[in-house]
Amino acid sequence: MAKLNMNPKKNPMPSQDPKVRAHNFSEVATGYSQETAMDEALRCLNCKAMPCSTGCPVGIHIPEFIAKIKEGDFEGAYQIISRTSSLPAVCGRVCPQETQCESKCVRGIKGEPVGIGRLERFVADWHNANCKDKPAVPPSNGHKVAIVGSGPSGLTCAGDLARKGYKVTVFEALHTAGGVLVYGIPEFRLPKAIVQKEVDNLKALGVDMETNIIIGKTLTIDELFEKGYEAVFVGSGAGLPNFMNIPGESLKGVYSANEFLTRSNLMKAYKDNPVTPIMKGGKVAVVGGGNVAMDAARTALRLGAEHVYIVYRRSMEELPARREEVEHAMEEGVDFRLLNNPVEIYGYNNPEDRRDPKNGFVTGMKCIKMELGAPDEKGRRRPVPVPGSEFDLEVNTVIIAIGTSPNPLIKSTTKGLEVNKRGGIIVEEGTGKTSREGVYAGGDAVTGAATVISAMGAGKTAAKAIDEYLSGK
Amino acid sequence: MYKIVNKKSLNPTVTLMDIEAPFVAAKAEPGQFIILRVDADGERIPLTIAGYDREKGTVRIIFQIVGATTAKLNHKEAGDSIQDFAGPLGVPTHLDGLKKVCVVGGGVGCAIALPIAQKLHELGCEVTSVIGFRSKDLLILEDEFKACSKTLHVMTDDGSYGRHGNVCVPLNDAFAAGEKFDEVIAIGPLIMMKFVVAAVKPTGIPCTVSMNPIMIDGTGMCGGCRLTLNSDGKKVTKFACVDGPDFNGYEVDFDETMSRGSMYRDFEKHAYEETCNLFRK
Repeated sequence: MAKLNMNPKKNPMPSQDPKVRAHNFSEVATGYSQETAMDEALRCLNCKAMPCSTGCPVGIHIPEFIAKIKEGDFEGAYQIISRTSSLPAVCGRVCPQETQCESKCVRGIKGEPVGIGRLERFVADWHNANCKDKPAVPPSNGHKVAIVGSGPSGLTCAGDLARKGYKVTVFEALHTAGGVLVYGIPEFRLPKAIVQKEVDNLKALGVDMETNIIIGKTLTIDELFEKGYEAVFVGSGAGLPNFMNIPGESLKGVYSANEFLTRSNLMKAYKDNPVTPIMKGGKVAVVGGGNVAMDAARTALRLGAEHVYIVYRRSMEELPARREEVEHAMEEGVDFRLLNNPVEIYGYNNPEDRRDPKNGFVTGMKCIKMELGAPDEKGRRRPVPVPGSEFDLEVNTVIIAIGTSPNPLIKSTTKGLEVNKRGGIIVEEGTGKTSREGVYAGGDAVTGAATVISAMGAGKTAAKAIDEYLSGK
Repeated sequence: MYKIVNKKSLNPTVTLMDIEAPFVAAKAEPGQFIILRVDADGERIPLTIAGYDREKGTVRIIFQIVGATTAKLNHKEAGDSIQDFAGPLGVPTHLDGLKKVCVVGGGVGCAIALPIAQKLHELGCEVTSVIGFRSKDLLILEDEFKACSKTLHVMTDDGSYGRHGNVCVPLNDAFAAGEKFDEVIAIGPLIMMKFVVAAVKPTGIPCTVSMNPIMIDGTGMCGGCRLTLNSDGKKVTKFACVDGPDFNGYEVDFDETMSRGSMYRDFEKHAYEETCNLFRK
């Protein structure tokens, strides 16, 4: 065994130069080489108590897979990860490791933690590039389970159940499987070919993917039971975008982040000669401070915007996006206007000519400066407007990224499925069980907008509960 | 893939297709819509359902060739398949309990108005239909409307067929003659629906309109189809894909919707020309 690497710093992630990448949709981070991965693996102390694994929502046996990397057995490492994770190439890219596995790493006490996410990504990419063997389809146990939605929670739940021998069908409303991984997260953070590969891996395990089926419309949950499914997992994701309810939000050039990202990601409006249009260029303001806001801002830059603002009503300290995303956005030139809040969006209006084609397009946004007042119930200091501090930003596109409310289609067509005040499906902690027998739920449909990995954790929890429920039947 | 089992040209710019989509056909109701993509990498477009055959498992769409995607769709023949066909989406038109209804259709909107008129007729409701077109050569579905309407008014803008004038003319005549309806249901170009609402308003008769804004996913995710309703003096944002496509015509902000609908006009015009050139080669 090679000597431990006691360098206090992680091996840096090779990345495209910010000035270059701000103008292309290729992946920002290019990934570790074999040598770098093996060197980084040598930083792992292989703690017996595996504190890192306790920080992983899907409980990957982290020191074990890293030990395989040290030996140069990358496929062995992949097999360890894939015992518990259905989407390693995705998680290695989009998980907030800094608040999960890596936050528990002993090496992080005096220096930087082991680059667990980077190693996971390396292993998954190595497997996808080098291993052509199809996984063995597990022997069937005769039970059928339906999964609603092919996002991270649904795919995880499907993978876990398929590995146990369940016949799993995933129903997806859109034309492509992947949910938010396909319509929401941009190509430069998560290439769609990688999502497709993970979906193909599940299909190879025997999972059926049915696209263009909207559960709650095309088929109801009750009809799924009539069709012989014995349990249903609802991972239908976040729903309709929230707006600010300020004047001007219906002007041309105002998007929800969902719409802007869907046009670019799912519908490929970022390509040359797209069939689905999107506003490109000009000056763009993105309202909000979450990961979705960062994705929208960085997408706008890559589409050719001359200037992109993030307008957020609190300060950098409260900004909810991942640090890494914020840093990437700043490096690429996104202009952060913190403690600012929009109050009105202006549009062009030619009173002389009602047919002027410029009429109704955004020309600017009025904002007001904010200061932080007393903490609210969550302990975050509440932003309050500074009287008389209004000012105008000259912009032609405004993207609203202030969250979503759950999709109404399933709750309105499923009797006895209880939802909370905000419309999120109510589930039992630790099982994902809903108020309807045999129906489980997880991900954003339950929690409202959250992270990919927490949705995967919920899918995993529900898979375990569904297995217990159906084995006891 | 979804097979086109029947294709018929209704006039030079309007085509009818029956698409094999048993799941959609099993559930479809008048007023609902589907989302389709013609080919891989195609655009998602919403089309309101013009009919369905539950036994054959087919759904009828009638579309006007207005842009690149509808031009590509029109290029497909019976026996060909299209990539995606998802639905039924949206809330069905509320028809229960109506005894006497005036259905107003304009242009290709008649294709969507027809299943509503037919369903009302089936439910024993007395249907007056008003259908309007720019001119005689654009006329569609006259016989079908005749079969389900007690009274049918056919209008053309240029007077080349039926009565000369727009769809509001017979409506105003009927109101002047003291005719009462439980409801007026109008489907057609935004400007037509705006004028129908204005004509009906003095009578206080409920007036439902079917909105067809720009949509992407159509399932309640992107928010692109939002429109503003003026409801009891308050402005409310609604989404045509899950709250509609039918809305109370008195509440819809038509001017805003018309403006939003023109957002990509230049892009669409260019894409349409490119597509037409492609087919000419």
